[in-house]
Amino acid sequence: MSNLTLVQAINLALTQEMEADDRVIILGEDVGLNGGVFRVTEGLQQRFGEDRVVDSPLAESGIMGSAIGLAIAGMRPIPEIQFEGFLGPAYDQLVNHAGRYRTRSRGSVTVPMTVRVPVGGGIHAPELHSDSPEAIYAHHPGLKVVMPASPFDAKGLLISAIRDPDPVVFFEPKRLYRAFREEVPEDEYTIPIGQGKIVEEGSDLTVVTWGAPVLQCLEAMDSLPDDLSVELIDLRTIYPYDADLIVESVKKTGRCVIVHEAPKTCGFGAEIATMIQERCFLHLQAPIQRVTGFDTVMPYYKLELEYLPEAARITQGITACAAY
Amino acid sequence: MPIEVAYEAKIERLSILDQNGKLDEKLAKDTLTDKQVVQLYEHFSTCRHYDEVAFKLQRSGRMGTYPQNMGQEAAGAVALAAQKQDWMIPCYRENAALFLHGLPKENILLHWMGDERGNEIPDDVNMLPISIPIGTHMLHAAGIAWAMKLRGEKGVAFTFFGDGATSEGDFHEAMNFAGALNVPVVFICQNNGWAISTARSKQTASETFAQKALAYGIKTMQVDGNDIFAVYKAARDARKRAVKEHKPFFIETLTYRLGDHTTADDARRYRDADELESWKKKDPLIRMRKYLESKDLWNQSKQKKLEAKAKEDVSAIVKRAEGIEKPTIDDIFDYTFKELPIETRRQRDTLHTHSLGQFPEQETLQQTAAPAHA
Ligand SMILES: Cc1ncc(C[n+]2csc(CCOP(=O)(O)OP(=O)(O)O)c2C)c(N)n1
Ligand SMILES: [Mg+2]
Repeated sequence: MSNLTLVQAINLALTQEMEADDRVIILGEDVGLNGGVFRVTEGLQQRFGEDRVVDSPLAESGIMGSAIGLAIAGMRPIPEIQFEGFLGPAYDQLVNHAGRYRTRSRGSVTVPMTVRVPVGGGIHAPELHSDSPEAIYAHHPGLKVVMPASPFDAKGLLISAIRDPDPVVFFEPKRLYRAFREEVPEDEYTIPIGQGKIVEEGSDLTVVTWGAPVLQCLEAMDSLPDDLSVELIDLRTIYPYDADLIVESVKKTGRCVIVHEAPKTCGFGAEIATMIQERCFLHLQAPIQRVTGFDTVMPYYKLELEYLPEAARITQGITACAAY
Repeated sequence: MPIEVAYEAKIERLSILDQNGKLDEKLAKDTLTDKQVVQLYEHFSTCRHYDEVAFKLQRSGRMGTYPQNMGQEAAGAVALAAQKQDWMIPCYRENAALFLHGLPKENILLHWMGDERGNEIPDDVNMLPISIPIGTHMLHAAGIAWAMKLRGEKGVAFTFFGDGATSEGDFHEAMNFAGALNVPVVFICQNNGWAISTARSKQTASETFAQKALAYGIKTMQVDGNDIFAVYKAARDARKRAVKEHKPFFIETLTYRLGDHTTADDARRYRDADELESWKKKDPLIRMRKYLESKDLWNQSKQKKLEAKAKEDVSAIVKRAEGIEKPTIDDIFDYTFKELPIETRRQRDTLHTHSLGQFPEQETLQQTAAPAHA
């Protein structure tokens, strides 16, 4: 066991999987010599060489498309897109090819790759360095979408993703990269993709979230009256997501608040709310509430904390839902 | 049938003012006047100081990430070749050109201070805001140039981008559109040798960036990017041709990023100290000063005055940028559309996204429904 940040836990998982399987290679902008702009791949090129940790030309479509080819032909590529805002040029490759080859070829051509992407706001970054596009990729069939919120989960989920037979988009919340440390076992372990986690148990209201807002939800819960018992679920995987865990919780509490950084309209919260009313309509005691980013472009950083679902706004949402 | 040569090409490299400040008089003929050289020297020196101050602002927590322009100021000479009606479609390493073309100097600081007001372009300036997604904005230049051609306007679109940007697919589509549709774009590729930590040699196997334009039927050349005479002449001639013939042109400027990629970067991790040292000697400011001194257009006392003036100017710019009040929350919403959709307006008016409190009838319903449930 050692006490690791999110960055270190991901680095450890990458190191161990590269050690264990020489089909695993990393490609992306500045991932080699520089160890990635967040230093997530620090030291890997020195250790595994330039053939396995590749500084690619500056081209996201090129990175994604050639990773697809690598995966098809027997490698286990881990392409990195430097920031979520630059998934744009790679979108066609990811959605129209990675997510479709298995279907298109009736299972004869597959794309086992893990696309690593730093995601989300809260770090004072420039434009297109703070967005939360997870719902877009969850919407496209054929892609799995993962977003861990802790070092322990990140290691286990990343190893699962790398070993997964299908393409996985692995979102890493930048705001959490160095936010806290956690005990992470040295040995390899996996956390199944698709499994959520109860961060705190409670009986009066369920909060569902993922990524960096897990921390803001905990902060909000600290400020609530003692007699309001809130259950906090970290979804961990956005697609396929753990609907059973949410249903079980909402059946118990009758109330649900969903929190995410992405804009409200068509955010992944919309899918969860619909699923809840489909599966436990008669258990609901209040309308499901969403505390999310606004339906606007993510603002430049002077206003980013006003945009993001911070603790105060989450508290308001929880309080309103609980009082209904 | 014999084997014929289907196509042959060469790439010319223009250099007029060398690193020792020695001018090729023949090539320099009809280019920059003494007055213009002094003007550019003063402007670039001020930009250099601006860069140093911006760096310190970031280090002391008064500004976010900032990309220093240091060493690449000579690209600003393009703006002297431009006319008022021309467009600038920039990346982020051509502050000097943008300021000359009419962008208020505090705007760039505001942008990197996370303030969208830094992106407001004055009404009478034809320019787009700094473009963050690398290699994508040159297509807008193609479209703008196309519109100018359709509307019979005698202008061109100057677009700036780095060596790394040429690897993006959109770069090639921009070149192909400009070539195929014959529109007046001047592409300016600032080849500074690096794209963050990725060396130019890893970016492409192509001998030059300039030759990429040939594949799209676009006239092209290399220039010494730290030589204001070469940059100016290339841009001026490209403009002339673009306006007259509606033809695009490509200029690769050979330059060097003397600073880190941005304040978030540490170039010592990947870059040779010797390489940096050798380029310091090619600094555009040093050779301009040498040249001006050799012509008795500059001296120590003028330099002192300039430095004092630059200090004063930049500190006034910083004051303006920092003195602006924090934007109001409405700013997040108000520019999304000309007219806000009802849900977005609701979010703006309540400053929350949860529905309770946004729809009073929800509560009324609860009151009437409550007894039935009890
Ligand atoms: C589409 C896209 N991908 C990645 C990035 C991250 N990034 C910012 S600058 C940069 C390197 C740009 O290199 P170059 O085009 O040579 O310009 P320079 O910074 O050298 O002026 C990268 C990879 C980005 N901003 N946009
Ligand atoms: Mg460059």
